[in-house]
Amino acid sequence: MSTIALHDEHNHDHADHGHHKETLISKYIFSMDHKMIAKQFLITGVIMAVIAMGLSILFRIQLAWPDQNFPFLETFLGKWAEGGRIKPDFYLALVTIHGTIMVFFVLTAGLSGTFSNLLIPLQIGARDMASPFLNMLSYWFFFMACVIMMSSFFIQTGPASGGWTVYPPLSVVAKAMPGSGMGMTLWLISMVLFVASSLMGGINYVSTILNMRTKGMDLWKMPLTIWAFFLTAILGILSFPVLVAGVVLMVFDRSFGTSFYLSDIVLGTDILPNEGGSPILWQHLFWFLGHPEVYIVIMPALGISSEVISVNSRKPIFGYHAMVYSLIGITVLSFIVWGHHMFVTGMNPLLGGVFMITTLIIAVPSAVKTFNYLATLWRGNIRFTPAMLFAIGLVSFFISGGLTGIFLGNASLDINLHDTYFVVAHFHLVMGSAAIFGMLAGVYHWFPRMFGRMMNAKLGYLHFWLTFIAAYLVFFPLHFLGLDGVPRRYYAFTEFEFMKKWLTVNVFVTWAAIMAALAQVAFLFNFFYSIFKGKKAPQNPWESNTLEWTAPVEHIHGNWPGEIPTVYRWPYDYSKPGHDVDFIPQTVPFSQTMSSNLPHDFEGNAEAEKIQQDWELANPVEENN
Amino acid sequence: MSLRKFITNKTTAALAVLLTVFANTSAFAQEAAAGAAAAPKVDMGEVYKSVIFYTLIFLAVCVFIAIIGKAIKVYELSREAQGKPIGINWNGVHASLFALFLVLGLYGVYWEYTVHGSMLLPDAASEHGKKIDEMFNLTLIITTIVFIATHILLFGFAYIYKYSAKRKAYYYPHNNTIEKIWTIVPALVLTVLVLMGFLTWRSIFFKVEDPNNKPLQIEVTSEQFKWSIRYPGADGIVGKKNYKLTTASNTLGIDFKDLNSRDDEMADEMVIPVGKPVKLILNSKDVIHSFYMPHFRVQLNTVPGMQTIFEFTPTKTTRQMQEETNDPNFKFLFYCAKICGSGHYNMQKDVRVVSEAEYKTWIAEQKTYLNDDLRKQFNLPVAPAPAKPAAEGDSSATDSAAVKGNQMALNK
Repeated sequence: MSTIALHDEHNHDHADHGHHKETLISKYIFSMDHKMIAKQFLITGVIMAVIAMGLSILFRIQLAWPDQNFPFLETFLGKWAEGGRIKPDFYLALVTIHGTIMVFFVLTAGLSGTFSNLLIPLQIGARDMASPFLNMLSYWFFFMACVIMMSSFFIQTGPASGGWTVYPPLSVVAKAMPGSGMGMTLWLISMVLFVASSLMGGINYVSTILNMRTKGMDLWKMPLTIWAFFLTAILGILSFPVLVAGVVLMVFDRSFGTSFYLSDIVLGTDILPNEGGSPILWQHLFWFLGHPEVYIVIMPALGISSEVISVNSRKPIFGYHAMVYSLIGITVLSFIVWGHHMFVTGMNPLLGGVFMITTLIIAVPSAVKTFNYLATLWRGNIRFTPAMLFAIGLVSFFISGGLTGIFLGNASLDINLHDTYFVVAHFHLVMGSAAIFGMLAGVYHWFPRMFGRMMNAKLGYLHFWLTFIAAYLVFFPLHFLGLDGVPRRYYAFTEFEFMKKWLTVNVFVTWAAIMAALAQVAFLFNFFYSIFKGKKAPQNPWESNTLEWTAPVEHIHGNWPGEIPTVYRWPYDYSKPGHDVDFIPQTVPFSQTMSSNLPHDFEGNAEAEKIQQDWELANPVEENN
Repeated sequence: MSLRKFITNKTTAALAVLLTVFANTSAFAQEAAAGAAAAPKVDMGEVYKSVIFYTLIFLAVCVFIAIIGKAIKVYELSREAQGKPIGINWNGVHASLFALFLVLGLYGVYWEYTVHGSMLLPDAASEHGKKIDEMFNLTLIITTIVFIATHILLFGFAYIYKYSAKRKAYYYPHNNTIEKIWTIVPALVLTVLVLMGFLTWRSIFFKVEDPNNKPLQIEVTSEQFKWSIRYPGADGIVGKKNYKLTTASNTLGIDFKDLNSRDDEMADEMVIPVGKPVKLILNSKDVIHSFYMPHFRVQLNTVPGMQTIFEFTPTKTTRQMQEETNDPNFKFLFYCAKICGSGHYNMQKDVRVVSEAEYKTWIAEQKTYLNDDLRKQFNLPVAPAPAKPAAEGDSSATDSAAVKGNQMALNK
């Protein structure tokens, strides 16, 4: 404990000095303050999300009206939409970049980067991250990755277009498609920078959580958000380097003539010299990251929703320990399920059986989490704040998408569902919609903490209901296309007789997607308007227990003036019987809540139990309710 | 802030500009709809095409929403001024909306299951496909029950336990028994699914070959953006290939020094006899493709540099299927399911399942890959191919041919 105390002193001094030297650049651009970095991640993430959403609307237009010309597309896209129709190559570029941006830049950096940075120091009671400089670098690497990825729209051959999984040889052999030229090179560079960014972030999160918790904040008193960010960071640290390894080998194959992923390739009659490699190797390396990646995306969202649901149900999260153990279970299992992406890719079928078993086991901790959410809502006193609405939406998407995962995780069923729209529908519900809803819940919930102002609740309601309904309208019907054998990443459904019956569904889905996109205007307006003009936030707007609401509304470097508060209890003492209000912040010692203490609270501390007993004898409970 | 200020706000204006792009989208959709409708009285085509039209509509909607927002605010403020309780009980509104969403959502799910659910692939036309379908149905039943039950609880709780100032939530941090139950029950259900899936998977990929019913070998090679089919010819064995031998006249790189290759036949469509096992030998020339034949529940990627093998037994002829689906134009297909480039969306071949007799007549008409050009290239006599083994399909003859082929290879 003494080391922590020492550290606090040091940081405090630092905070005092820091105030005088602050300039525009050091405050808003090259900031090392975790709260500012969180805002940078969030705003960059929101911008990238809007871009990726725009791309998805473009390809949805193509799918809905494959025979129509849209002159405005040519205005915007030039030769990629000659005559107002998106070209097949550009269509593939659109889906590729949409996927890459959404998975990596929005749902990894935008979600994990924002909320880990904002909440870790504030919720565990630290002045800042363990390494603020690394933290700043992490953002700027991410920013560069975004810029490089977007720059591929401005080169002649267009962006990478082999799908976000960039399977070789398609992505390696430049002649295989235009996007595999310069665009792919930029994709790889961007990805390396991105992984560097998330590693710097991850290492920082883990070391901050392990070393810099305030007095009294033992691991089992941490909010579930922190548990989720902690385990997410560990996942990232262990899996992202494998992607870099894979990417480096790919760079070698593309630029230096090696044959890690290539063998026996003939383009037309042009025989390539590569021998001895295997395209399956890339798939193993990619999915060794790729599968943990989907949990990197969903776990912070689950952590956020745990917190939001508990606060707004005015109830402790049900089964706190089970929630943590299921997160740990998901973390461990997620490393041994990657093969379920490869059941029919030519991997040895023997492995398929093994991966099926591990994959379906991972459904158990996910089920436990869902049931615990439901039990938390049961007999709660639910306040439907915008954050709560999104958290409930998340649970719904998590259930729907999780259940379709049981089909895909089953190797035998996957034979016919692999690479069809069923997969698209599945991961857009469980990873896309659920994780985005987690992110939005987090934004609505912690906006007062980030910007010192409130967002407009009514616009939030409008935003939620439009988005929630539209997301189901978009993704639910897509399952049935998949069950009919319609493959994903098809430029048009016009070449197959049996797909023509789905054209009307495609039109409907596109309209629903446009509705979802327009609904985001309510959010964007609310978000940017409230930053400057929102109502001033009170100290603890949601009457929450966690530590971040004890820090002053006005941001200061170092988070708390004076000493960092000490933590005495877990973060979920909501509606505790015997207490006058329905929440007891973590900073309130048990000595001030004698009327509501439970034997369980003292964790076997005999002395404390004795004091409590004496008090109870002296103050018999009045039986009036 | 007054309403006027709100509407003229710069942010609103800037957002409106951003929205133009999205608004555009709508314009052309409307055009499609207009085109489909019978000749309209006034030609609105140009209007529907204009970006500004949709921008204006969207702005009108925004203004409308802003007015409603202001009206709500005025109402609430006036309630407050009169000292009455808060105007709109939003918690109640959302609780009711969740209940409504539950009811409409369940109806929507029912509608989807019945309407879109009836547009799906017909029953499997292969032996293993039946097992897959059974398992699919079981999984569908289980997941649908869980889906509906959990959603009733989720939205039901949201409705019942909406906020009330009079009530305090029930402090209920954990219950180990319940938690154990809902850990073990899903685990057991999943164990059943895993076991079924595992056994089915093994039965598909680890087949014991029946010596009396040897599978028909068919090789399928993918390239951007077409499929090539190779039948084994009389010897029943698809000959060797070597990608380095690829030329304009030998596009698959077939090695004709291998005797097994010489009688290999090409085909424009895949014709297979019903009830006989088929062993698909899949490979790719350039990038990864996926051989996807959904009616038979067959899918496997084709990978350059390696062979992948899928064995299945078709159980229904095309004609049977046409009768069952009441669709005289019904045909089996296989197509590409793995992103492979600009032509990915149109890479297909027809499959015909026929009776054994029909198959024999059809296969007899197919040409061999080996033609006079290739004979010259491989220094083979430009004469008919070596005498075919007398007894077609006789396993001993087939084996000896294979042995010969191997000896040839060794002698080289």
